[in-house]
Amino acid sequence: MHLHKYEKIWLIFGIGSLILFLVVLGVAAFAFGQQPPSHMATVDSQNLEESVFSEPGLEQINEDTYRARIVAMAFGYDPGTIEVPVGSTVIFEVTSQDVVHSFTIPGTNVNMMITPGHVNMVEHTFNEPGEYLVICNEYCGTGHHLMQMTIEVTP
Amino acid sequence: MRQSNLALKDEALFTDVQVDPKDGKLAFYHVVVAFFAFLLGILGGVLQALERAGIIGLPSWLGYYQILTAHGVLLALVFTTFIIYGFFFAGMSKTHGPFSNGLRKLGWIGFITTLIGTVMAATMILTNEASVLYTFYAPLQAHYIFYIGLTLFIVGTWIAGAALLAHYFKWKKQHPGEPTPLFGFMTTATLILWIVAGLGVAATVLGQMLPWALGMTDGINVVLSRTLFWYFGHPLVYFWIMPAYMVWYLVIPKVIGGRLFSSSLARLAFVLFLLFSIPVGFHHQLMEAGITEFWKYIQTILTFVVVVPSLLTAFSIFATFEQTGREQGGKGLFGWLKKLPWGDVRFFAPFMGMLIFIPAGTGGLINASFQLNALIHNTMWVVGHFHITVGTTVVLTFFGMAFWLIPVITGRKLTKSMNRSGMVTTWLWTIGMMFMSGAMHIMGLYGAPRRTAYTTYQDHPQAMSWFEGIFASHLTVAIGGVILTIAGILMFYNFVYLAWFAPKGETEFPLTAEPDDYRSSPAILENWKLWIAIAIVLIIFAYTIPIYDMIVNAPPGSPTFNNLIR
Repeated sequence: MHLHKYEKIWLIFGIGSLILFLVVLGVAAFAFGQQPPSHMATVDSQNLEESVFSEPGLEQINEDTYRARIVAMAFGYDPGTIEVPVGSTVIFEVTSQDVVHSFTIPGTNVNMMITPGHVNMVEHTFNEPGEYLVICNEYCGTGHHLMQMTIEVTP
Repeated sequence: MRQSNLALKDEALFTDVQVDPKDGKLAFYHVVVAFFAFLLGILGGVLQALERAGIIGLPSWLGYYQILTAHGVLLALVFTTFIIYGFFFAGMSKTHGPFSNGLRKLGWIGFITTLIGTVMAATMILTNEASVLYTFYAPLQAHYIFYIGLTLFIVGTWIAGAALLAHYFKWKKQHPGEPTPLFGFMTTATLILWIVAGLGVAATVLGQMLPWALGMTDGINVVLSRTLFWYFGHPLVYFWIMPAYMVWYLVIPKVIGGRLFSSSLARLAFVLFLLFSIPVGFHHQLMEAGITEFWKYIQTILTFVVVVPSLLTAFSIFATFEQTGREQGGKGLFGWLKKLPWGDVRFFAPFMGMLIFIPAGTGGLINASFQLNALIHNTMWVVGHFHITVGTTVVLTFFGMAFWLIPVITGRKLTKSMNRSGMVTTWLWTIGMMFMSGAMHIMGLYGAPRRTAYTTYQDHPQAMSWFEGIFASHLTVAIGGVILTIAGILMFYNFVYLAWFAPKGETEFPLTAEPDDYRSSPAILENWKLWIAIAIVLIIFAYTIPIYDMIVNAPPGSPTFNNLIR
């Protein structure tokens, strides 16, 4: 099969770029740990009272690290608001008690899917004070656009 | 590349045989269903854009998510599938000879089955029993008739696909040792892709959703159903793009007065699509729990591989343009551009589609970029992305195709005024899309969610900013949506005129002459058994372990939630 010289140059450039992109993504993921949220823990979505999600809320782990266990539901989150001081790192562990939702903080890299039966996890450090909006960006029913919570980051 | 690119002589491959009228009728019915679905679909689109911008409120009997479901199903599934099959039946009749009565009957059975499925699903959507969006969203649950309708839709396309495939393989058997016509080769690659991909959606609908909707099982494995859906959902986009590429490879060279310069590269591109467009569904699930990073990354690599045939296509098409333009006397670095038929809608509409595919494809690479996906996942960016890929590249190519396909199969003429009307349609569509998709992309970067009705989240400043941007605002989306709707209605008028009112006469089915290397294409490219086997091996590699994991380590199944959608 004949390949024209220009076509060879084009394909080497194109495929070379793709390999470069993949290496960048791979190094960021596997060397620096910047992985997409892919937590493997499961729970019984219809029986959350008997799991670690029986009392959702914020828990301080050490000086500036918190764990927030949050239950997503149609159409809101439990708890509906949490408060942390500026500079805190929060580990969000979120699950759903009904359908598929998301846990998304617009303007940050926090954006993960919440599927019933699974716990998803993401970590974020809040370096600016303010009232952060959390929304569900995955369709979950007629009240989907009302689903929100807030994170108060105090100075 | 010393061959002449002009198609002056050597028309032996495709003689003046037109589409057999009986086959033309089958193709015509497909196109008619496609355009009626198109009209309903775009009306759903404009209502959403206006509602979401807060310009209008919807009446109590019509839900935002209901019209969102209708818009997605009617345009992304019904319009595309019917127009693609219409194109296939007409093109296969032209290039491989008339269908036998038996195969044509099979084609009709497929058409009717698909249509019944469409009507069943559409009725459930219109009665608000199925506002689950076209991605299904288990454990939200639609009426079981919706799932049966979708099953019939898929099965109908398989039956019609079987008629087309049988027609191709019959030709191949009757012409041993000869390369098969490019139209048939590409149709076959596309249909095999569609059938293999459809197995995933059939498995989740028949194996999971239907028994669950009928109360035969009490729980559904949500992540498994999503995985099976996206196993189908990504090749679906190649099912749209491959017929558009067929127009670019096989029709456009003739329209500009040239010929395709390489048959082998065209075949190679289609084989690569068949191999690499299926084992990539996880790039729609990068933000999900229950799938390990490792397997997500493997499928990210495969997703990047499927860019290669698009690179091949871009080179082939623009090389054909340049050669033809130069041979027609175009001088200098860009002089050949002036020689292209800019006033011919059959060229211009697909050309705008190609041009827009450059930013559209780039956006696709961003979406697939693993952890980078967190920035844009389920934001308006994604909506902007598929409105310029399928909604512009594919749709404008099909618009351009309609201007010769419809008169060919109805025995009418493409008039000068219709051509002008097509040019206006193309410009309006492109301009409308620049506003709408441009604003969607930028708003997505600021976090505006997709699939969400009008809301200000209790006037939170972050959400208010999505209405207050100078360009990046829901209002810009609405303006673009209105322009697109005007273009869409004009296109529907073009369709009606070409189908029933244009003057009777002959219209050319434009098809490229035999490329220079047509007879010397490597025979291995025609070895379908080999390509199907490799495709299956890749699918098994990419999916077996993660799916095994999903089943073995599954959480308790989810019950039905059908109260949430009404």
